[in-house]
Amino acid sequence: MDFTEVPVSQHNKGKKKKNKTPKKKRVSGEGNGDGGGVEPKEEQEEKMEKSEQAATAFPPSFSVSEIKNKQRRHLMFMKFKQEKRKQKLQLKKKKKKEREALGDKAPPKEVPKTIENQRVYDETTVNPEDEEVAFDEGTDEFSSYFNGLTNPKVLITTSDRPRGRTVRFCEQLATVIPNAHVYYRRGLALKRVVPQCIARNFTYVMVINEDRKVPNGLVLCHLPDGPTAHFKVSSVRLRKEMKRRGKEPTEHSPEVILNNFSTRLGHSIGRLFAALFPQDPQFVGRQVATFHNQRDFIFFRFHRYIFKNEKKVGIQELGPRFTLKLRSLQKGTFDSKFGEYEWVLKRHEMDECRRKFQL
Amino acid sequence: MGDTSRLCSVWLGSETGILKGVSLSRKQAFNFCNTSHLSRDQEVRALCWGDPAESELLVGSVDGTVKTFSTEKGSFTETRRCGDPADGCFTGLAVLSGSTLVSCVECGTLRVWREDSSEPVKELSAGKNVCRMRQSPVHPHKVATGGKENGLKIWDLETPEKPVFTAKNLRDDWLDLRRPHWVRDMAFIPGTDKVVTCTGYHQVHIFDPSSPQRRPVLEVEYGEYPLTALSLTASGDTVVVGNTHGQIALLDLRKGLVRGCLKGLVGGVRGLQCHPSQPVVASCGLDRFLRIHSLEDRKLQHKVYLKSRLNCLLFSSRDLEEPAGEGGAQEVKEEEEEEGDEVWDSMARVEEKPKRKTTEEEEPQKKKGKKKKKN
Repeated sequence: MDFTEVPVSQHNKGKKKKNKTPKKKRVSGEGNGDGGGVEPKEEQEEKMEKSEQAATAFPPSFSVSEIKNKQRRHLMFMKFKQEKRKQKLQLKKKKKKEREALGDKAPPKEVPKTIENQRVYDETTVNPEDEEVAFDEGTDEFSSYFNGLTNPKVLITTSDRPRGRTVRFCEQLATVIPNAHVYYRRGLALKRVVPQCIARNFTYVMVINEDRKVPNGLVLCHLPDGPTAHFKVSSVRLRKEMKRRGKEPTEHSPEVILNNFSTRLGHSIGRLFAALFPQDPQFVGRQVATFHNQRDFIFFRFHRYIFKNEKKVGIQELGPRFTLKLRSLQKGTFDSKFGEYEWVLKRHEMDECRRKFQL
Repeated sequence: MGDTSRLCSVWLGSETGILKGVSLSRKQAFNFCNTSHLSRDQEVRALCWGDPAESELLVGSVDGTVKTFSTEKGSFTETRRCGDPADGCFTGLAVLSGSTLVSCVECGTLRVWREDSSEPVKELSAGKNVCRMRQSPVHPHKVATGGKENGLKIWDLETPEKPVFTAKNLRDDWLDLRRPHWVRDMAFIPGTDKVVTCTGYHQVHIFDPSSPQRRPVLEVEYGEYPLTALSLTASGDTVVVGNTHGQIALLDLRKGLVRGCLKGLVGGVRGLQCHPSQPVVASCGLDRFLRIHSLEDRKLQHKVYLKSRLNCLLFSSRDLEEPAGEGGAQEVKEEEEEEGDEVWDSMARVEEKPKRKTTEEEEPQKKKGKKKKKN
């Protein structure tokens, strides 16, 4: 274990190494009996010395990634990260001290940048006073529902031969959505199912697609001639998997909350969800269904709330929860081959910018 | 009102019944509507120029009326009843020399109307389920029609009894089953007699009436979805097609290869047109945007958000980037200088004063400006 002494001043191979090298020297000098732990460090030093001698002629620009040995590289990187973390903590402490010292005169805290903050402004964001958009929405396919002329009647079915989880999911969905009926698919073609539903006055057809015993897709078709939305379903949690859940949902119509559907496409999808539930919620039931849109993912939750006093509310989560992502919105009833699409998810074009969202 | 309509270089018809004019040099879009009440009955289905000087636009709506819009005055000048809504929507409008109007509806009835009378002068039936009717730019009395299970037929309006050319369906396929055919759009190739059509079964066919073969001379397939719109470039050997998924492709007609695709459109393509002199193509569709791509490098040049779904579009023959002529030119320049970055897309109703968007819109517009510069 011999190592040549090299003066500390020459150890300036980038700021990462400055703090480490003298310490290592000290440690390796002292801990002779450590054995294995010491050896890699010594070898590192030897390597450093060699590279130092070679590189004394020009300014050093050594980085951790140049070490070929994986274990050593890993160790160096860990050390580097620890150093960074330490410096960050020191900086934070300093700032906190300064803040306390200044007291009232301290500058306001900076708002951290999040992806939602940095969202690229979408020009299709709906302005509430816009007359043209208001007219467009007032006369679209949902107008008969929003004018109170029709009541929702939902048919829930699955892809052919569903397995346990999907069947239970459908049943639970039927308890959550009032006036919903679950039917077994029996291998029937959707294009033939749709006119029969129209004849029996259904307003929605919901088809839950299953893959490997787990629901993974949802086709929501608004009936007389309405748009068809195709979603990807993920994170389905059935009622028995919920922690601290309440009792079964009752037959009362829930209230509906739609969060964050700001663009024109978002508005269409929001209306699609709103038309699933009857227009007058029964507040006696104290149940609420929430569709929350964040970063183009739509989170569905079903809660029961109770107001303890004017300011405090207690909520219990009942019912299934799932996440949806819109894949396409087609004008007209289900016709995936020959129908005209109003919006199609084109991953390579749309997912390029992380801060741009469509809904 | 008249000066705003004179500026517009692209005209579009929307599903809400509003005629929209877009001026790309000033980057503004204007709504021209009849009165402040709109209705879905007025949904614009067909647009065409009323005269070669492009001073009048003919707008065909779902309820069977054809309105004349004057670009000089900036308002609708007259309305004509050209058919029942029961017959179906307009699938084509064309103008013969003078003031005769040719209209075709979905049930197949092709009618020729004269200015004075309310009854058609000539009427012929082009089969059922006609999807499109187009007029030949070289011979105005020749029109082509095509539809679902209704092959391409070229009619000469002077001899309305029989079509001049009826296309034969493709040969039966390898299982000896009859091939379905569904002509969605067609165009006359300027140099020769040929007609190019696009079908709902993602094929593009070229028919040559001068050859004894009634089957397509060339067949090109693109994509897996129905092709809804077609437009020929000015040079005549490339065709631009769009399908229901928003994919737009440039196809070479000499060999039948895909030259390239234009990206950006998200909804089904409803209207496509190439500019008569400049190498640009405008596309509009169900995603409520007008996009202008350049044909040479296939890059997006302009993108305008128009709040309703768009059904059809028309280019005016003048240059796109031409600044406004006459009257309001100086005002326009002053405004541009004042604002610095362009006021993109300020929608203005023609009846009221054009509103400028508030300052919070300025930043995103600047961002837009930056994006544009990259292109």
